[in-house]
Amino acid sequence: MNLFKTTRRVATGLVAAAAASFATQAVAGGHGINLEGETVEWVIPFSETGGSAKWANFYAPLLSEALPGNPTVVVKFMPGAGSTKGANWFQNQQYKDGTLIFGSSGSTQFPYLLDDPRVRYEYNDWNVVLASGTGGVAYLPPDLAAMMDGHDASALKDTDFIYGSQGATRLDLVPLLAWEMLGLNVEPVFGIKGRGDGRLMFERGEANIDYQTSSSYLKGVTPLVEAGTAVAMMSWGALDADGNIVRDPTFPDMPTFKEVCDATPGCETSGEQWDAWKAFFVAGFPAQKMVFLPAGASNDAIVTYTQAFEAVKARADFAEISAGRLGVYPQMTGGEATGALASATQVPEEAKAFVVNWLSDRYGVSLN
Amino acid sequence: MEFVSVALPALGDAAGLILQPIVLGYLVLGVVMGLCIGVFPGLGGIAGLSLLLPFMFGMDPVLGLALMIGMVAVVPTSDTFASVLMGIPGSSASQATVLDGFPMAKRGEAARALSAAFASSLFGGLVGATFLTVFILVARPIVLEFRTPELLMITVFGLSMVGILAGRVALKGIAAAGLGMMIGTIGEGDSSGELRMATYDMPYLVDGLKLVIVGLGIFAIPEIVALLRQDRAIADRKPLGGGWMTGVRDWFANIWLSVRCSIIGVIVGVIPGLGGSVVDWIAYGHSVQTTKDKSKFGSGEIRGVIGPESSNNAKEGGGLVPTLLFGIPGSGSMAIFIGAIALLGSGNIEVGPSMLKNNLDITYAIVWLLALANVVGTLICIAASGGIARLTTIPFALLAPFLFMIISFAAFQSGQDLMDLVALFAIGFLGIMMRRFDWSRPAFLIGFVLSNPAETYANQAVQIAQSRFRKGFEEGIDYIFSPIVIVLIIITLLSVIIGLRQAKTIMAEGAVESGAKRAPLIFLLVVLAYLLVAFTNAAMIPDYAAADRVFPRFVSGVAIVCVVILLVQMMMRPETHALFADRETTEAEANAHGLWSTLAWFAGLLILTSLIGFILALAIFLFAFIRFRAGKSLGFAALYTAAGIAFMLFMAGLLNRDFPPGLLQSYMDLPWPLT
Repeated sequence: MNLFKTTRRVATGLVAAAAASFATQAVAGGHGINLEGETVEWVIPFSETGGSAKWANFYAPLLSEALPGNPTVVVKFMPGAGSTKGANWFQNQQYKDGTLIFGSSGSTQFPYLLDDPRVRYEYNDWNVVLASGTGGVAYLPPDLAAMMDGHDASALKDTDFIYGSQGATRLDLVPLLAWEMLGLNVEPVFGIKGRGDGRLMFERGEANIDYQTSSSYLKGVTPLVEAGTAVAMMSWGALDADGNIVRDPTFPDMPTFKEVCDATPGCETSGEQWDAWKAFFVAGFPAQKMVFLPAGASNDAIVTYTQAFEAVKARADFAEISAGRLGVYPQMTGGEATGALASATQVPEEAKAFVVNWLSDRYGVSLN
Repeated sequence: MEFVSVALPALGDAAGLILQPIVLGYLVLGVVMGLCIGVFPGLGGIAGLSLLLPFMFGMDPVLGLALMIGMVAVVPTSDTFASVLMGIPGSSASQATVLDGFPMAKRGEAARALSAAFASSLFGGLVGATFLTVFILVARPIVLEFRTPELLMITVFGLSMVGILAGRVALKGIAAAGLGMMIGTIGEGDSSGELRMATYDMPYLVDGLKLVIVGLGIFAIPEIVALLRQDRAIADRKPLGGGWMTGVRDWFANIWLSVRCSIIGVIVGVIPGLGGSVVDWIAYGHSVQTTKDKSKFGSGEIRGVIGPESSNNAKEGGGLVPTLLFGIPGSGSMAIFIGAIALLGSGNIEVGPSMLKNNLDITYAIVWLLALANVVGTLICIAASGGIARLTTIPFALLAPFLFMIISFAAFQSGQDLMDLVALFAIGFLGIMMRRFDWSRPAFLIGFVLSNPAETYANQAVQIAQSRFRKGFEEGIDYIFSPIVIVLIIITLLSVIIGLRQAKTIMAEGAVESGAKRAPLIFLLVVLAYLLVAFTNAAMIPDYAAADRVFPRFVSGVAIVCVVILLVQMMMRPETHALFADRETTEAEANAHGLWSTLAWFAGLLILTSLIGFILALAIFLFAFIRFRAGKSLGFAALYTAAGIAFMLFMAGLLNRDFPPGLLQSYMDLPWPLT
């Protein structure tokens, strides 16, 4: 009796397994790859503590569920030289079976755009399957924020600003250039290890201007705003479908830098300087973090990953779980992602020349 | 009153955080691992925490802390086993225990010495935890006022401790610290990203050397190699004997000594950078000074065990003060602890003033865990003493390859690069030479650990101060010379003066005889050559990146002056002078094997790894070592190798890590773990 029961259970199990594998094949077969029993390595060229780690750790379990065959997805960290080391390593990887993906960030994009001699990687060789946007917010101590006349920042021109910076050639280029365009006299204090250190410097009263990316702002600065020790100055904004800068959907009540610039005499929202700022903002924020398959990836693999990320986005609870951890920003796949990649890795020659020149004049940085 | 409104609820919250079965389970797990690490000679808190480090990422903060605190707190308790039973310090914090503990064991009073040591350790640990509680309460409002100049002064204060560590020749200590700081500046400068002693063609050096590697290389490797050369036999060990209660009664009879030494331990622990390697000697010195009949010291005086053991557990509580309050490591293991906390949870706990502000409950949870770990550790040590004592009977030739395997794995976690192993070997060689010629290794490590904070805070403080001075002279002066800074300057000056005066009586690493002139001179010249190259290299940094140039040039300049003076002294003095200390002379009789043949084993592992990858190389290394060096049978060697490889695979599997590949792997696709 017992034996019979067991046999029946085994038989039922076999049928179920066969049906399940058939179903999987029906989805993946022909235009996809099956990763059953495989382990997907997601290489992040930063340490475990950064924003990219949080982003990858958010997506990894969801991606595992959405990929055909439900492979294990592990995040591997390969920090070094501000992500250049990991990106150079990824450039040398050949596509094998779709079990290797790479997550880049704004800090990977900027050295590439500025022709840093250490960069031995080429974005055009890689295959993008996801592009995630983010934003940024600049903030001030309350007494200085009170000096602003509406959106007009010209009353701040006589203040000596101190800003804790990670380096002028990194993402900090965007805020530094923006403040300079407003005519603010901001002196960057270099040598901090992450934007969190910059916030601490602000909290100690040593820095009197700072910026954070959206998720760090929500977590680290919102409590200061509630306690009355910090006031938001402006967001960098977001891009609409036509490439115009509009208010950041995560911070709809904050003016964008464009509005502040318009309201401040001496700051132009057209011309060489503005174009350069916008080009680097577009490269650094609206498509800050991207997932790539290595050079030579098969079309099947690209389709499989694109569908998987689309499936993640289509989850009923995606808006809810992502808002708290990533903010309300576009998560782009397919054609959208390719478009985002193009705008993030191509800046006009003039914009690049302007920034290279500005870095060398203002900070003595030579990129050769 | 802040005490009632903030601190008391936080203390209560903290108790609630840790009094859960799962937290206590992790604590016990950490304690058991700490026991093993402490028992093995040569491994201490640095090695233990480096092994835990990769597991911390994303772990629930309280669980991760329980694991780490359990391990850190119990090392100074369990290292007593090796000190008493084998006469080898189980870690740097119980070197003084050997002096009287080992003779007691030889007399058959091992149990008495151990129980007195455990009672002292427990008491010292609890004193440390109590002190930490009170200190956080009192210091919190002051610490929240700390800005960059204050942090800089705390760092300088830590560096000033080099004076007391310098040993018999003060200049050598300063040069060692300078060399440590210069090693710490290797790589991209923090201010402008200019390279120091590195090139982009060798990306590994661009990020600088990791603390895990320097800590293990400077402390663990020289100890392991030295012990391996001596090849101790099993027969050395004496039975435990009876007298467990006698030991506890001994401790109680000397309770005031225990109180005083605990306080010494706490104070020494508080001083940033000083850490474990001297506290036991200071306490031992105090025990000798305060005992009427000094004749029995060195031949089994129980007070010589109680003093150091009370102090070395208390120092963990003290060591957490600078670590938690300022984010400045109190010792090498605390530096790794800081890095580990950043990995916990979602990474939102930052050690330092912000932790006291935002995570007071976590801060107090650490204190509770520390006290609890001391109690649990002592209980386990007593309950399982028979079994743990048997661990020390394993001949070192069998232990060493296993320890070396663990250290290589820990080092490899930091960068996941074959270069990690090369760097470990190179720093290990430097450590061996520094140990041999009696250059202060603690001073070197302090220099290395504090190099980066010293440079960054100095550059930032200067820049911010300039901006303040532009606003007004008074505002600038107020910023630099705050009352806290002035107090710190006075304390620093006092510590330098007192330290230099006391240094000659404290021998942090035991006495070393002098040998011939040639070898110490060659080592000095090599150090000088490196410093000169580093100085020239820093001088070539262009003006626009001057902030990256000032610090290495200043430090190497000071170190070069010290080394040149040493060189002149060497020419003038006879070869019996302490300048020519050479451990090869002291240990000549004990060494059964040569330095180079022992090193060749490890160099072999390194070269094999670069050819055929880590796992295959490790298999060959373990097998050959056990078969030929330890002289065991083929079957035993095979079993040992299988166990070692299985352990590595288990660890790597848990962590999802690959092993360093070699040349072979670039020609062939091999399955994990051979990749």
